[in-house]
Amino acid sequence: MSAAINDIKLSNAQIAWRAAQDIEDGAYVNLGIGFPEMVAKFQPAGREAVFHTENGVLGFGEAPQAGEEDWDLINAGKKAITLKPGSAFFHHADSFAMVRGGHLDVAILGAYQVAQNGDLANWSTGKGGVPAVGGAMDLVHGAKRVAVITDHITKKGEPKLMTACTMPLTGVGCVTRVYTSLAVIDIEDGRFVLREKLPAIYFDDLQAVTGAELKVDGTVRDLIVPAL
Amino acid sequence: MDKTVAALAEAVAPIQDGATVMIGGFGGSGAPIELIHALIDRGPKDLSVINNNAGNGHVGIAAMIEQGMVRKMICSFPRSADPKVFTDLYLAGEIELELVPQGTLAERIRAGGAGIPAFYTPTSFGTDLAKGKPVAEFNGRQYVQERWLKADFALIKGELGDPLGNLTYRMAARNFNPLMATAAAHTIAQVSRIVPPGGIDPEQVVTPGIFVNSVTEAAIPQQEEILNRQEAVYP
Repeated sequence: MSAAINDIKLSNAQIAWRAAQDIEDGAYVNLGIGFPEMVAKFQPAGREAVFHTENGVLGFGEAPQAGEEDWDLINAGKKAITLKPGSAFFHHADSFAMVRGGHLDVAILGAYQVAQNGDLANWSTGKGGVPAVGGAMDLVHGAKRVAVITDHITKKGEPKLMTACTMPLTGVGCVTRVYTSLAVIDIEDGRFVLREKLPAIYFDDLQAVTGAELKVDGTVRDLIVPAL
Repeated sequence: MDKTVAALAEAVAPIQDGATVMIGGFGGSGAPIELIHALIDRGPKDLSVINNNAGNGHVGIAAMIEQGMVRKMICSFPRSADPKVFTDLYLAGEIELELVPQGTLAERIRAGGAGIPAFYTPTSFGTDLAKGKPVAEFNGRQYVQERWLKADFALIKGELGDPLGNLTYRMAARNFNPLMATAAAHTIAQVSRIVPPGGIDPEQVVTPGIFVNSVTEAAIPQQEEILNRQEAVYP
């Protein structure tokens, strides 16, 4: 079963590609550190989003060439960035006013676990060590859409979509859509609603690797993603 | 009026044992390395340090921690690629940590500088970081009460400064610096260049001089990221 899923599941790049297709032209977008940063590479032609980073830059572009870095110009992941025409700098309180004040259209974040009521766990596994939260708990509040991109199951094969998170929460009832390696799922009225699934997986097999009930409300479309 | 101070050592001289010190910067961007290293040379102990992080490598805040100067860190993200000093002390129970979500940290500092003792934020509601804090409902949503954050001193890094204390910043090195400048009883700025009064267009001033107590020039400031790539160690 999981071997078969590993054969058909989307790569991280493909999940990021799918999430990018839903970002409207002109949207203000925050991408979480790491995997979500890939979403920026897959903006559909003819659309241009404006990317926000917590440390005070709006309208940044791609990474500079090696050797061209200016380390005063970084993103929240502390990677060097470049500026696009029309970019802006601001201090941290203004930056989080953009976040909590509802000015961002979309935030796309990674996840350890997502619950069917929209609870998100993505900052701590709860296993000890040094806790570090960064901007995760702020980002889940305020964006009009809070989407998660994630593998559908953990490396051990355990579900990441659950009835309730078992890891420490980042936010309560905050996630609106989940893009996984197998499906696209909306969170509506405290339940997972299946919108798209890979054509190669049967509904029952998808349900078997999901830790909460998948509702079907209308058509379930095929999740079709380029090879990348 | 002339707030310029010739020597870094003189600028940090008022900082005593047990002080609470805000230090600007996000990672290496905007970190006032020269002021931090001057403070290490002076060596006050038992400090509470407020920064987004808990230092990287063996320079800046990480070096302060290595020198045993820091009793407590108040920050949002103490983990890093090379977190050994803070991690070891934290796991040994030898340094305190107050973990604050990044936006809450920024707003607590802003509130401290603005004379607002508490505010409500949606951030952290329902999470471990809201435990013990008052909660209230506004327009059907739950919000967590957070309190202002103030400090005895702020060490900040600007780009241009003038004798009145007016400051500009460079790129994303702005981050927490203008907020911290407002929230400390005594704000100490290092700048790449001191210009005469009028040398900064008033339209371009980011931190008005009323928030700044002293300005020292560090003409070619060191950048923490570059120091760490060179595996620099201070002292």
